[in-house]
Amino acid sequence: MNNRTLMIGNEAMARGLVENGCSMALAYPGTPASEILPGIIKWKTELSLPIHTQWAVNEKIAFEIAYAGSIAGLRTVVSMKQVGLNVASDPLMSAAYMGVKGGFIVISADDPGPHSSQTEQDSRLMAMFAKVPVLDPSGPQQAKELVGLAYEMSETFELPVMLRPTTRVCHGGQDIELNEIKSIGHTAAFKKDPSRWAATPKFRYILHAKLNEKLSAVAAHDATQPRVLNPGVISQKAIVASGVAAAHVREIMSDLGLANKIAAYQVIQPFPLHSSFIEELLGKHEDILMIEESSPVIEMQIADRHKVKGRLNGFIPAAGELLPEIIEGIIAGFCSVAKTEIKPPSAGGRRPSLCAGCPHRASFFAIKKAVPGAIYTSDIGCYTLGLNLGAIDTALCMGASISQAAGFYQAFKLGGKDTDIVATIGDSTFFHAGVPALIDAVAQDARFVLVVLDNSTTAMTGNQPTPALGVDACGNPIAKISIEGLVKGCGVKYCRIGDPYDLPGFTRLIRAAKKHAREKGLAVVISRHPCLVDKRMKEAQHDRIAVSVSPACDGCSYCIKQFECPAIEHDEKEKKAVINQLLCSGCGICVHVCPKKAIEKVMSE
Amino acid sequence: MSDSVKQQVLISGVGGQGILFVTRLLAEAAIYKGLPVLTSETHGMAQRGGTVVSHLKIGGYSSPLIRPSGADVLFILRVENLTNHLFYLKPGGIAVANASSQPESSDGITLLTMDADAAAKEIHQPRSSNLVLAGFALSAMHLKGLGTFCSPDDIRAVLHQKLAGRDKLLKSSLSAFNLGVMRGEKVNI
Repeated sequence: MNNRTLMIGNEAMARGLVENGCSMALAYPGTPASEILPGIIKWKTELSLPIHTQWAVNEKIAFEIAYAGSIAGLRTVVSMKQVGLNVASDPLMSAAYMGVKGGFIVISADDPGPHSSQTEQDSRLMAMFAKVPVLDPSGPQQAKELVGLAYEMSETFELPVMLRPTTRVCHGGQDIELNEIKSIGHTAAFKKDPSRWAATPKFRYILHAKLNEKLSAVAAHDATQPRVLNPGVISQKAIVASGVAAAHVREIMSDLGLANKIAAYQVIQPFPLHSSFIEELLGKHEDILMIEESSPVIEMQIADRHKVKGRLNGFIPAAGELLPEIIEGIIAGFCSVAKTEIKPPSAGGRRPSLCAGCPHRASFFAIKKAVPGAIYTSDIGCYTLGLNLGAIDTALCMGASISQAAGFYQAFKLGGKDTDIVATIGDSTFFHAGVPALIDAVAQDARFVLVVLDNSTTAMTGNQPTPALGVDACGNPIAKISIEGLVKGCGVKYCRIGDPYDLPGFTRLIRAAKKHAREKGLAVVISRHPCLVDKRMKEAQHDRIAVSVSPACDGCSYCIKQFECPAIEHDEKEKKAVINQLLCSGCGICVHVCPKKAIEKVMSE
Repeated sequence: MSDSVKQQVLISGVGGQGILFVTRLLAEAAIYKGLPVLTSETHGMAQRGGTVVSHLKIGGYSSPLIRPSGADVLFILRVENLTNHLFYLKPGGIAVANASSQPESSDGITLLTMDADAAAKEIHQPRSSNLVLAGFALSAMHLKGLGTFCSPDDIRAVLHQKLAGRDKLLKSSLSAFNLGVMRGEKVNI
């Protein structure tokens, strides 16, 4: 037996943070980073550790709270997904100049593929842009180790340090060894220094020069030197990899019989790349293959290009995840070894869809009914799956449903054309980035219907609380922020609330809002029904309504195409719809969907 | 446990079938036996009823992902996925599928099938198909000497550990798993 525990990378990083004396942990949920904060909370609760843990309203705010903790001398962390770092990029750029006191780690999880994201962007490139060091773990165990190194580095150089895991690290599992929890003994203290913490442009120049000096020192930092994967191997060719690609490379080289023939290195710190490593690499090898995700960050720092093969000269694909089978093909080609290629079938598998009984499905159905042919702008969350119902035309980034609706309104108004526009946004997304957009739309008299899909949770990422719930990340009661109050505070004159489970009533509500938007101005409808998956909300759900398909069904498939509920299936033999009772949640909404009234409530005896 | 145990298992199904639970259960059984493990899970958008795949690698591996023709075992909870994921199976590997009849794509591979959905319904636990199929696969393979890294007893031990203090869930999980084990003992390969 042993004392090793199965953890996914996010839990391993959480454990690493707790072991290394993290005192404040901030985050906004986003796949693949969402399990980091809950991981910290688990240890905090079990061991009664004094750690401030918080889901912030967005990543910028999370960053700024954690950063203040750091300049007060505490070890802190902020975690997010890569597109969240875009939101937090403003404070990141300045924090690099001003530096830190207590260790400050920015975890930005990338998603090559992408599996669950809008972009394949490389946060390491963002680190380079901001001029902060970045560490790139190859798996859960190494991610945990790098947390300790990151805190030491952050305090040694007084710099924010980025830790950049990718989906395969975050959601990869490994047997992890638990180490003791160090007592760091930091307490909050703030030494006033306006020339640093409130620096004006003149002082920013000085800070920038200092930052450059720090980075030169980081490029010679011993603890984060690239690691030689197969010491003692002398070869003309060399392979340099980082992140999970380095884990693939190790295994593939061994399988191809190359482990003792070709020198291989893992870069731990892609930026700033160690100066001595660049010299060593170019001095010892003639032909160098660079394998990294998703941008050529290491590659770009090698000024002498004629020895390097990588993304910049098309040796590595410029988009998509570097799956091990792709890397295997590249290494086999680079080292001239034979390899049989297996082509996976092109068939796609099943697409995701909204859960059976999801209140969003009812909202989308009502919107299509009440405002057919409108421009439907939408946003980021579970409800993006409203695409399947044909109820979404755009999904750009967090909060853009509202500003894009305003943009369409202004664009069409120029041509003197009237067009109906319906924006849909989730409650958590509304808090995150929707509020400023709504203020702007009201101020500019942009006319459209905004439906806030309020299911009382951040559903897509695992049911984290929103500010409207009045519950913190640990489940303790906190202040509640009312969505309708916020809407009115933004200057909206027309705000109605309805439950989409009452499909006919809710459809009328959307129709009335459409009329208001056409004649008077922006109209908001809050579609309120708790998420079915949210365990906190079990009590708030109504009793199960059993439904069945009557002989009146003529198999037209309207319900399947327009309502797209996983529990309504088409029976090929009978040529009619059938309810899959195992999947059916008993919401009873489909009774109002069938144009032939062939879906009926089953009366209980 | 010898250092030479190396096994790659691909687990495939759709969101909501408990793919993550089974992956972790098997991984914890391996750790329980002192073996190093690597897994790779699907989270986020794809979990909403879409295709979900987990990779499980036991023994001295460094990459969390299985390459085509690398899997010793395919564990298919939704038989429609078999065609899509068959390319992961290594020559001589075994596929275990949750199916009511022998699928067409089974030519030339060792395929064990069981209607785990029906069996789970029989014991009024329609959401336990994952555990039923896990029991079926482990017992059938174990008895036929097809090489697994753990036995049904190891899984029972991990279930006891994992679900300690949740007696009702433990009892129902064990009964679903045991039903699968029983059916697996009767299978002819």
